[in-house]
Amino acid sequence: MTAREQVLARIRKNQGGPADQSIPREYADVSPLSREEVVEQFADRLRDYNATVHRCAAAAVAETVAGILRARGKTGLLVPAGVPAAWLPEVFAFRVDEGLSYAELDASQGVLTACDGAIALTGTIVIAHTPGQGRRALSLVPDYHLCVVRLDQLVATVPEGMRRMAGLLPAPLTTISGPSATSDIEMIRVKGVHGPRTLEVILVD
Amino acid sequence: MSVRVGEAASAPPFPEAAKKMVANSQLRRNVRHATDVIRTKRGRVVGEKEDWEALRNAGKAIKDHTLANLDRYLLQFEEACTKAGGKVHWARDADEANRIIVELVKQYEADEVIKVKTMTSDETRLNVALEAAGITPFETDLADLIVQLGEDKPSHIVVPALHRNRMEIREIFMKKMGLDTLGYQPEDLAGAARQYLRERFLRVKVGISGANYLVAETGSVVVVESEGNGRMCLSLPEVLISIVGVEKVIPRFEDLEVFLQLLPRSATGERMNPYNSIWTGVTPGDGPQAFHIVLLDNGRTEVLADPESRETLDCIRCGACLNACPVYRQTGGHAYGSVYGGPIGAILTPQLQSMEHSQTLPYASSLCGACYEVCPVKINIPEILIHLRTKVVESGHAPLAERLAMKGAAFAMSKASRLSLAHAFARLGQWPFNDDGKLDNLPGLLAGWTETRDLDAIPAESFREWWAKR
Ligand code: SF4
Repeated sequence: MTAREQVLARIRKNQGGPADQSIPREYADVSPLSREEVVEQFADRLRDYNATVHRCAAAAVAETVAGILRARGKTGLLVPAGVPAAWLPEVFAFRVDEGLSYAELDASQGVLTACDGAIALTGTIVIAHTPGQGRRALSLVPDYHLCVVRLDQLVATVPEGMRRMAGLLPAPLTTISGPSATSDIEMIRVKGVHGPRTLEVILVD
Repeated sequence: MSVRVGEAASAPPFPEAAKKMVANSQLRRNVRHATDVIRTKRGRVVGEKEDWEALRNAGKAIKDHTLANLDRYLLQFEEACTKAGGKVHWARDADEANRIIVELVKQYEADEVIKVKTMTSDETRLNVALEAAGITPFETDLADLIVQLGEDKPSHIVVPALHRNRMEIREIFMKKMGLDTLGYQPEDLAGAARQYLRERFLRVKVGISGANYLVAETGSVVVVESEGNGRMCLSLPEVLISIVGVEKVIPRFEDLEVFLQLLPRSATGERMNPYNSIWTGVTPGDGPQAFHIVLLDNGRTEVLADPESRETLDCIRCGACLNACPVYRQTGGHAYGSVYGGPIGAILTPQLQSMEHSQTLPYASSLCGACYEVCPVKINIPEILIHLRTKVVESGHAPLAERLAMKGAAFAMSKASRLSLAHAFARLGQWPFNDDGKLDNLPGLLAGWTETRDLDAIPAESFREWWAKR
């Protein structure tokens, strides 16, 4: 017998459980909050995770990006293919990732991406690595991540968020809830370990 | 077939090991502090979630349903994962899993691998097998790195180095990373780990991971983490190998909405952990272009056989029961002699080994019920502990007093009465341990606890009284 046959045979012999197999799903599916409260909750959660949050009108993204880069003393960022050109202010250098080496990603000033969804209750950004978000390494190796979230992509609860994510499969999905962190040393939360140590978010009305 | 759970089969009996640990006041302080912090954080984020009970009920139901149809869901996962470009392997036991992985690493001509925290690989002792084959494993989770560099063992399933404080960690890092100076703030230590691992992340061609969930419906694999070391290991190498217990499968993608709410709040007291990675086979142009997954039995199908305790396999490894347990909080994880410590370890470790080893572990509890209260998938650990004690008695491995008590009318009693009896022992401080063989250390152990005066009192209300009200 192969290992597969043997493991399956053992399972078939031994498995069992309650006769009633319906799954009670009485947990909250939607949020009682108003739309503006949901947006506020999302921003709150992000700040709670130590992310920096901005909010602007759709026409003002490039201007907001420019202000952020100036304040941080950056001259440019990496971007994935598919990021709207209207988001990228002139003067700054935006380099499209066309198979950059990990060393080049590592040496960069950071990355600007879009996202594929966001969840207010948990302060979560969903990246599906589709156009506009790039391959997984792009939003991981650089030490700074500037993420643009359109508010029409924002949902209130985790179940709503998961439904959105189901529609994005089989693309690889990454959910990001604040910058990388650890509490492995005496349970003290340290912001920034291996993932980008700084996460900055622009909410777009 | 040889089931192995770390080094549990050769570990000293719990009372003996526990006595040593309790005598180490630094370790007790470290464990006490860390579990206090997580408990407080967990209490806050669970308390604010009004639908917590509904989530627990759903989580429990999904897991029980899966265990009743495990063959179907594993096959479904296998098909979907294969279709998406993954390669599925099956392993009957620890050695077989290790063999498969070592062969794969060799096939890809690698002599080093980066690993993201996987308790399952600690269970199979994969690192030992890799090293024996000339392959260097780099642990990348901060706590695992502390354990690996300190030539230590994990003491907690979520925070494996929680028994170490910053000064101890600083010393380990300076010595093993060859640093002349290093600050002692957690930021300094995390920074040192970042620097130490950075170049390895970018260089090493093979990543090894565990998984929190396998989604049968879509063939997707889920890893929940905080530091980004998971994302590094899962998306930078050319080859990814995941080792996963067969009980980690869940039926539908939709089910993640339950577990991704239960797990972070229970495990680290966060509304959501910083990163979740969900991948489905291989994605052209993004991440590893070869993906292998090893589905591990290693005693799990034996646990499945007993209807009274199979819910042990529902566990999502959140660690909440460890943090809540008055015994764990005194002894730390090493006393359990297994990679799985605390209440879940006390029931899982002996069952995986068909009750042939680690027979003292079902006694490593005061049956206070705190573990059951916090468990996000409602595993009735106290009841299973009692059930396993009767199994130990039946196998003739129990201490004399326990055998005598059980031999009489008591043994014919209902499960619930046995529970009361065992609990009465505990409340009187007369645990059923005697001078027969190895188990006679416990009264001494209890005396030690009394001296230190910080054993959480066993509640006046018995577990059963309390449970009856649930
Ligand atoms: S038994 Fe329950 S509380 Fe303990 S680790 Fe498993 S899921 Fe968490």
